[in-house]
Amino acid sequence: MSPMLAVRDLKKSFGGIVAVDGVSFDVHDGEILGIIGPNGSGKSTLFNCILGQLRPSAGDVHLDGRAVTGLRPCDLNRLGVSRTFQLLQIFPQLSVRDNLILAGQEHRGNMMSRLIGRPDAGLSPAANRMLEFFRLDHLADQQAASLSYGQQKLLDAAMAFMAGPRLALLDEPAGGVNLTMLASLRDRLKAINVERGSTFVVIEHNMEFVMALCNRILVLAEGRIIARGAPAEIRRDPKVIEAYLGH
Amino acid sequence: MKRARRPLAAIVLALVAVFLLAAPFGFKPYGIFILTMWAVMTVAAIGLNLTLGYAGQISLAQAAFVGIGAYITAYLTTRGWPFWSTYLLGAVSCFAIGWLLGYPALRVQHHYLAFVTLAFNTLVYLIFRNEEWLTGGIYGISNVPRPHIAGWSMNGPREFYYFCLAHLALVSLATWWLIRSPWGRAFVALRENPMRALSLGVDTRRYTLMAFALGAGLGGISGALYAPLVQFVDPTPFALMLSLNLLLMVVVGGSGFFFGPFLGALVAVLLPEWLRFTEGFYLMGYAVLVMLLMALCPSGLLGLADRLTRPANKEAAEAPVTRRDAAAQREGAR
Repeated sequence: MSPMLAVRDLKKSFGGIVAVDGVSFDVHDGEILGIIGPNGSGKSTLFNCILGQLRPSAGDVHLDGRAVTGLRPCDLNRLGVSRTFQLLQIFPQLSVRDNLILAGQEHRGNMMSRLIGRPDAGLSPAANRMLEFFRLDHLADQQAASLSYGQQKLLDAAMAFMAGPRLALLDEPAGGVNLTMLASLRDRLKAINVERGSTFVVIEHNMEFVMALCNRILVLAEGRIIARGAPAEIRRDPKVIEAYLGH
Repeated sequence: MKRARRPLAAIVLALVAVFLLAAPFGFKPYGIFILTMWAVMTVAAIGLNLTLGYAGQISLAQAAFVGIGAYITAYLTTRGWPFWSTYLLGAVSCFAIGWLLGYPALRVQHHYLAFVTLAFNTLVYLIFRNEEWLTGGIYGISNVPRPHIAGWSMNGPREFYYFCLAHLALVSLATWWLIRSPWGRAFVALRENPMRALSLGVDTRRYTLMAFALGAGLGGISGALYAPLVQFVDPTPFALMLSLNLLLMVVVGGSGFFFGPFLGALVAVLLPEWLRFTEGFYLMGYAVLVMLLMALCPSGLLGLADRLTRPANKEAAEAPVTRRDAAAQREGAR
């Protein structure tokens, strides 16, 4: 089976510093792939290169067999690839519902129809369903800035799924989230994976979270993949233990 | 919260509409002229509010667009062209030039962009002043005729006031529609978090250019009304001072608030006139009032009203004054 996402020999240098050094991997339809590694191992840079936020120094990215290297993030998003960022990225002055409508509106019609059509681009029902799914429906009309950090993190994740992406790249979705919210977030992600067949690539430092969520894990250290396999194998891998503990 | 404030807003709006419709009957011609100038400048400020207040793109070039619209109308109507054709040409030309001026905004932001637009304003001013064969140079273009609409002459101050008021109403309705549409949401996204907007499929490049073009187009419409209002155009009114004045209107009224430009233009156009009783001190008094307002309420008059009328238990943050403030709010949330 050909992979949904194929990353081949991806490299990214900043001056003399090599942040990503020849990384290759595949992501298959319906899979949840975890990427772990110590701070500064190149995980977020890898995401940014895949998603067009940074231009890779070398290497290729293919989506469903089509070369998408260097494609703008908005064009990639319209091909069904969405993302979250390591740091919270919402629109604090918009209402919670408007954040979600914004996340889906550019997938509806064209510029002209978005100007003369309905103000909500016909997305209010879908936004309400998404809010219900992420248990934020009671906050729909609140300004996003007024939500707690955990609620904003859920909103951030909900926005990534609003347009029904086939592939979502989530950068530390559990970062800074309390235990109750964390369980809720993990359950929601699992449910989206099972019910909608969405494929995920997840960068995460929370080992418990990533081991419970992912089918397969890649370990990055100093820009290179040092291990790959099922969560149980990764947990026992001496190279991984050394990369994390430094002995 | 907003719903609770709607009846009050509707009453205020109705009272203002009644005042604007009845005002010419209580004013002398100069008073009507000032009120018409308010309507004309409000159109330009609405344009700048779209570019700056909603889309977060600083522009110090709005006076140049008002000037281009005014000169196109003055030049062509004094040569026999019908008003509407010059009006459309002015708006479309400014839209196109505004689109082109948006390209630097794709590369630079904040004060760098301010300098790019400032340079453009200066360039246009120099063309108005130096290209005498086209613009009349410092002598300008005089005897600009006022339009006739379906056989009705707009020559009288009262008729022309209603003509400009109708324009302001139409521009306001169109802008209201736009900011409620997905375009308005995309503009706010551009202001608050362009990187996230891009990752959600928002073509930030196209919306940035559109924000500049629409703002400039409204500047052109304002200019097309300015020329027949004053019936004379020369370079001086379109120098950088007008761009700064329009910026003041947007900021004082409340940047990113729909009614901000209306209130800001009221302060910038009418307040100096009302302060004339202080004779030689009126501009100083005006400057002190504006400084106090900005120091006490940087989010403008509507920002202040929003803060005062918001229920005490509401934790929602107030509208950020700048994109940097929005970024600081996000930072604080981390």
